[in-house]
Amino acid sequence: MADNKIGVYICTDCGIGDSLDIEALEKVAKSELRAPVCKSHPFLCSDDGVQVIRDDIKNEGVNKIVIAACSARVNTDVFDFDQYLYVTERVNLREHVVWTQPPKTEPTQAIAGDNLRMGITRISKSEVPIPKTTDVERSILVVGGGNAGLTAALEVTGAGYKAVIVEKSPALGGWAKKFYKSYPVKPPFNQLLSPTIDNKVKAVEGNSNIKVHVNSTIEQIEGEPGMFDVKLKKDGAEEVFRVGAIIMATGWKPYDASPLSETYGYGRFKNVVTNMEMEELALKGKIARPSDGKPAQSVVFLQCAGQRDEKHIPYCSVVCCNVSLKQAKYVRESNAEAGAYIIYKDMRTPGIYESFYKATQDDPGIYLTKGEVRGIEEAPDGSLLVDIDNQLLGQDVRIKADIVVLATGMVSNMIPDGMAVNDLTPEYVGEWVVRKTQDGEIQELNPTPWTLKLKYRQGPEIPHLKYGFPDSHFICFPYETRRTGIYAAGAVRHPMDGLQSSNDATGAALKAIQCVELTAQGKAVHPRAGDATFPEFRLESCTQCRRCTVECPFGVLDEDEKGTPKEHPYRCRRCGTCMGACPQRIISFRNYSVDMVSAMLKSLDVPSEGEEPFVVALICENDAYPALDMAGINRMQLNPNYRFISLRCLGGTNLVWVTDALSRGIDGLMLIGCKYGDDYQCHFIKGSQMASERMSKVQETLGRLNLEAERVQQVQLAINEWDQLPKILEDFSEKLKGFGPNPFKGF
Amino acid sequence: MSDNKSILVIGGGISGLTTAIEAAETGYNTIIVERNPYLGGRVAQLNRYFPKLCPPYCGLEINFKRIKQNPNIKFYTMAEVENISGKEGNFTVQVKLNPRFVNSKCTGCNMCVEVCPVERPNSFNFGMDKTKAIYRPHEMSFPMKYVIDSTACPGTQCSKCVEVCKYNAIDLNMKAETLQLNVSSIVYATGWNPYDATHMDNLGYGKVKNVITNMMMERMAAPNGPTKGKIVRPSDSKAVKTVAFVQCAGSRDENHLAHCSSICCMATLKQATYLRDSSPETKAIMYYIDLRAPGKYEDFLKKVQASNVIEMIKGKVAKIEEDSETQDPILVVEDVLGGKKIRQQVDMVVLATGMEPSIKGKGTGVQLDENGFVIADGQQAGVYAAGVAKSPNDVMTSLQDATGTALKGIQSAARR
Repeated sequence: MADNKIGVYICTDCGIGDSLDIEALEKVAKSELRAPVCKSHPFLCSDDGVQVIRDDIKNEGVNKIVIAACSARVNTDVFDFDQYLYVTERVNLREHVVWTQPPKTEPTQAIAGDNLRMGITRISKSEVPIPKTTDVERSILVVGGGNAGLTAALEVTGAGYKAVIVEKSPALGGWAKKFYKSYPVKPPFNQLLSPTIDNKVKAVEGNSNIKVHVNSTIEQIEGEPGMFDVKLKKDGAEEVFRVGAIIMATGWKPYDASPLSETYGYGRFKNVVTNMEMEELALKGKIARPSDGKPAQSVVFLQCAGQRDEKHIPYCSVVCCNVSLKQAKYVRESNAEAGAYIIYKDMRTPGIYESFYKATQDDPGIYLTKGEVRGIEEAPDGSLLVDIDNQLLGQDVRIKADIVVLATGMVSNMIPDGMAVNDLTPEYVGEWVVRKTQDGEIQELNPTPWTLKLKYRQGPEIPHLKYGFPDSHFICFPYETRRTGIYAAGAVRHPMDGLQSSNDATGAALKAIQCVELTAQGKAVHPRAGDATFPEFRLESCTQCRRCTVECPFGVLDEDEKGTPKEHPYRCRRCGTCMGACPQRIISFRNYSVDMVSAMLKSLDVPSEGEEPFVVALICENDAYPALDMAGINRMQLNPNYRFISLRCLGGTNLVWVTDALSRGIDGLMLIGCKYGDDYQCHFIKGSQMASERMSKVQETLGRLNLEAERVQQVQLAINEWDQLPKILEDFSEKLKGFGPNPFKGF
Repeated sequence: MSDNKSILVIGGGISGLTTAIEAAETGYNTIIVERNPYLGGRVAQLNRYFPKLCPPYCGLEINFKRIKQNPNIKFYTMAEVENISGKEGNFTVQVKLNPRFVNSKCTGCNMCVEVCPVERPNSFNFGMDKTKAIYRPHEMSFPMKYVIDSTACPGTQCSKCVEVCKYNAIDLNMKAETLQLNVSSIVYATGWNPYDATHMDNLGYGKVKNVITNMMMERMAAPNGPTKGKIVRPSDSKAVKTVAFVQCAGSRDENHLAHCSSICCMATLKQATYLRDSSPETKAIMYYIDLRAPGKYEDFLKKVQASNVIEMIKGKVAKIEEDSETQDPILVVEDVLGGKKIRQQVDMVVLATGMEPSIKGKGTGVQLDENGFVIADGQQAGVYAAGVAKSPNDVMTSLQDATGTALKGIQSAARR
């Protein structure tokens, strides 16, 4: 590899030249940091300006390019140099300096100088990535042979890939096989449809690119994207094969209605059935009473039975209103004289389903009201007397029914049988066990291998959120998963109907294929899609402390018997949380390391005296960095005694930086990152939370230095909260003034 | 894997972006055609998403970063599709590029805005404030280039911006251009418009000053909105103490939008938290037909209910009038459960207006259902739709769909 040669290019436009002493900046680059090439240009993002850089690349051999100009968020297409040949570093002089500071002052110049120092230091510690392409297996494992699984497999093959379906039951089709009819998803909305699941099953069975294993369960999955090794148990025998990515479409199960006995008479009265049992009745032909086979004249549907109810299922299962409308039509189609009553809390037929609701309302034999069940009695002839608080009429009514249908909800198959949605351990389904350690007794989670049985140090399944739904940051990026290359789809994720689960499965199919393709090129998937660097471990210095293997949000690291991390690089999402976790500083990327930030901290020109506290802020590059840009765009004035270092994620914050900063006389260290907790906003899931946990332990370090722990503070800031920045900075500064200057100043 | 022919995505809102980026990261070329001068669409105007109450810009920022670093994605703003011909694998698409009057040399320095003498109503903020005729659509707009509203700009006779721009970035004589694209498949991700509230005579929008729409509320609550996040009423900029939310304003109504817009109940609950955050004493009343907080969203409904910021009354708002003295809106509501008529005076009314598909009535040759949504499986091979163009949904569901649609586009390319 050619020698490294740094070129520094300072743009003097957009107010930079009017605000700053450019000659002094050039001196910082050339004399102080000995950059071999340093030029300024009046309009660097012009063709002419970029040509200056290209000429230096060609003629001078510059391969590390420092652009000291505008924010790293703009002109990325202009300053675009091949990432495998050149390192490019953007030093923000515009938004973060001249647009937030008064022109031509010493403090403004000092920020610019420090930003340039940090930029040149950063680039000198940064190398181009070495492409790590690999042979991958491109076939996709689909776990579950219901509607979602079948769809995923078919969609995968539609794009030219192979799929393997593993289904535990003897046949494909899942719950959809048990439906008499389905409700319409497009006009005309007054007609029920014959289920189409058989067509899907046939399409799968006739597709030579799909291998189907029924009566099969997974024994173990080990490996990583592009190379997951699956061990299958099929008819008592084992089978082993390799896949590139995994779609978990294990679906749902009906809520066990037995706890509904008291309120609804389920189990006590023969003619009280669940909605799934109603499908069975319909499949038999006539809708007739289970107790004596008498054709039903009157059927009452009780919505939200055990749903939207903290004692049973706190959530709403989405489909039940449509299902009851559909089943009311079964009743009417089966017997034109029969009546159907739907008693609801709220009719939930969102979107286009409103038309189905309306079409059903047009049937005078279907009666709908908002109400609550007061009680159900059984008459001697087996019919049921249902007392309803009819809230629309404002009075109690008694309806005589041949059948009462309970609209019971859906439970994710993430949850093992026998466990309730309200009774789950955090993150991994399993049981608490008490373990004796040197420090006394600790409560530890013993995860239950249930579906995927991943051989991951962090647990055998995808982590779950509330009610057992598998993890995902589910608004902007519905396929963001903590297990790279493994995507949940369909009703296992949360309640959804067949249409939505087909759409979802198609999305998961895309993500599975995409993960395989990016893995083959040695590139990261979202959110750092395309990043071609990998963490590197100097294992000879590892002390087996296991912090990295515990803290990696994506379960990249397994352990050998001693606790040394065993890396699975293709699971990695490049956030750097492992790097922040490691007390030995053995983990680094070619373009991102603990040493790099330490060196940047050391490069700062920390004032040896002065009234105003000097602060370094570590900021998240996705949210806090743009928020600072917005402060600049709005020309907000910020405290000039802050220096900002952007990190991929606050999760990369290493405690050694605290010592590095404070032992150099920096008065305070601030961390600005995403919100954490239940509604976390960190796209590396736990980075900002991890940082805060680490910072809570900083006391000890600071105690050794005889410094106040409050000199380190973490702030949660959303990307659109830039208006709060001036106050946040001022407040911390004021607080630091109370402690007086850092005694290490001037050392 | 790279294919020389691209997947065309019409619409650069969150669904279109998702389809394009997901396909591009899988190795396929994609082209986004967006009518606005910026990408991000409707969600760029939202203050927060339900139920996490996080800012949409966080996700947009990641998506823009993905676009910036991915050579497989091309995008055109201020662009409209004029004509499509051909078939799967070989569509010819004519795109009109409307003049921005600002070229790629724009650095975003803002000098032009400082000298521009003309103002225009700010469409991004639904006319609640003004920008200059040359403007940046909003602080975080991507691409970060300014644009001139030709209906407001006096043109070459003024030229003040041209004179001040050191970069020759402004060209007042810029003309529309036409572009021919050859693509393998087409995805309509054309999204939605808020239903025009002036169509509902009885609800007073446009006549009663203190009646606004839910989208206006989003802008008002946004830190970069017309009031910098302060929730005040339009007539006198007074902070509001009582706010009524009128659900299904236009939705579930055959005279307006026959469909349920899926998101308005959740949007109102979310906006109740804006009120709570801005002033804990604010009282909100929500008039609804059915509370639709499907699935996991039930938790959010319970959380907002527990915070006591909003009273929920099942009822249909019959009429909204203005108290001439106080300019308070007065609502006449049929309280369904109470079985009586209510007259309620409040400081401000928010109409939970629904989503109307943008493509409705455009005569594009795509098969639409009676509500104007693109019918999912009724199109010629190689033509797809994603997100709200297809079905009124929340962001998460739209993006599941948009991700799947990326695969549909790829399948079209693979079939050739």
